[in-house]
Amino acid sequence: MMTSLGPYASFIVTSYAAAALVVAILIGWIVLDYRSQTRRLRELDRSGLTRRSGRSATDTP
Amino acid sequence: MTLIDLANPTRFLALTARALPWFAAATGILLAIGLYQSACAPDDYQQGATVKIMFIHVPNAWLSMFVWGVMSIASLGTLVWRHPLADVAAKAAAPIGAAFTFLALLTGSLWGRPMWGTYWEWDARLTSVLILFLMYLGLMALWRAVDDPSRAARAAAVLTLVGAINLPIIKFSVDWWNTLHQPASVMRMGGSSLDRSFLIPLLLMAIAFTLLFVTLHIAAMRNEILRRRVRSLQMMQASRIAFSSEMGAGSREGNASNEAGAA
Repeated sequence: MMTSLGPYASFIVTSYAAAALVVAILIGWIVLDYRSQTRRLRELDRSGLTRRSGRSATDTP
Repeated sequence: MTLIDLANPTRFLALTARALPWFAAATGILLAIGLYQSACAPDDYQQGATVKIMFIHVPNAWLSMFVWGVMSIASLGTLVWRHPLADVAAKAAAPIGAAFTFLALLTGSLWGRPMWGTYWEWDARLTSVLILFLMYLGLMALWRAVDDPSRAARAAAVLTLVGAINLPIIKFSVDWWNTLHQPASVMRMGGSSLDRSFLIPLLLMAIAFTLLFVTLHIAAMRNEILRRRVRSLQMMQASRIAFSSEMGAGSREGNASNEAGAA
């Protein structure tokens, strides 16, 4: 059964909101970083640069 | 698949591409269940509804130490076994550990104000966790300060292992010193002193946050491997440009001497 948050509701809500915000920032940073790295790798691939293994840098066989 | 197989970054990337969606889904489901259980938990007879802050404070506090522990094992991998992914793992974990430590400090303060009457007290537990947070920031600064990842890895590994001394200090600070922070109530000799109505949501949230860390860590490691590929390709590109400009200068000099000889 859900209960009322009582007189300290603002402290409880702020705690959960801060946790949600920080986790969202972490997820956003990781997703944007992944997009940025894969974009740069594709640009380098297009310029004719390949890794010594001969595979494309973005390949994950 | 053995640990040696995982030492190959390409194999690691292939494995993470398959595993990440499953980890993300498991994290989401467990977080949803944990949050629901936390919302349904009864009020504590002393703390009232503020006990709900514990369901996010305690998992973040555990993870602040757990992540440094993971980084310490990775540092051993860098210094002793020279595992190719060890410093990638250590570097990727630092910002995530810093975020969890920040949340532990923030939610602890938000719980402390109504319960203790103060946001902050310079007692042993709070101060040692603040030091841990500053060490995370120091490590992240060190990684950024040194261009060559392998040189940065060795320095960061030494700093991480030295910093691991802080972990038992944090854990036992409430026993060694007279602190405002309460002693351990879950992981202690004689079992947990928490009632099941609080223990179950707390453990669910702890598992969910641990899975969240594993998911974010794998994704951040994947990004770090890609970043190093970008760096090595850019260095290759720069050396090609330098080589071709040297060759160009050499052939111009050769042409000039031929013309002089002909004249």
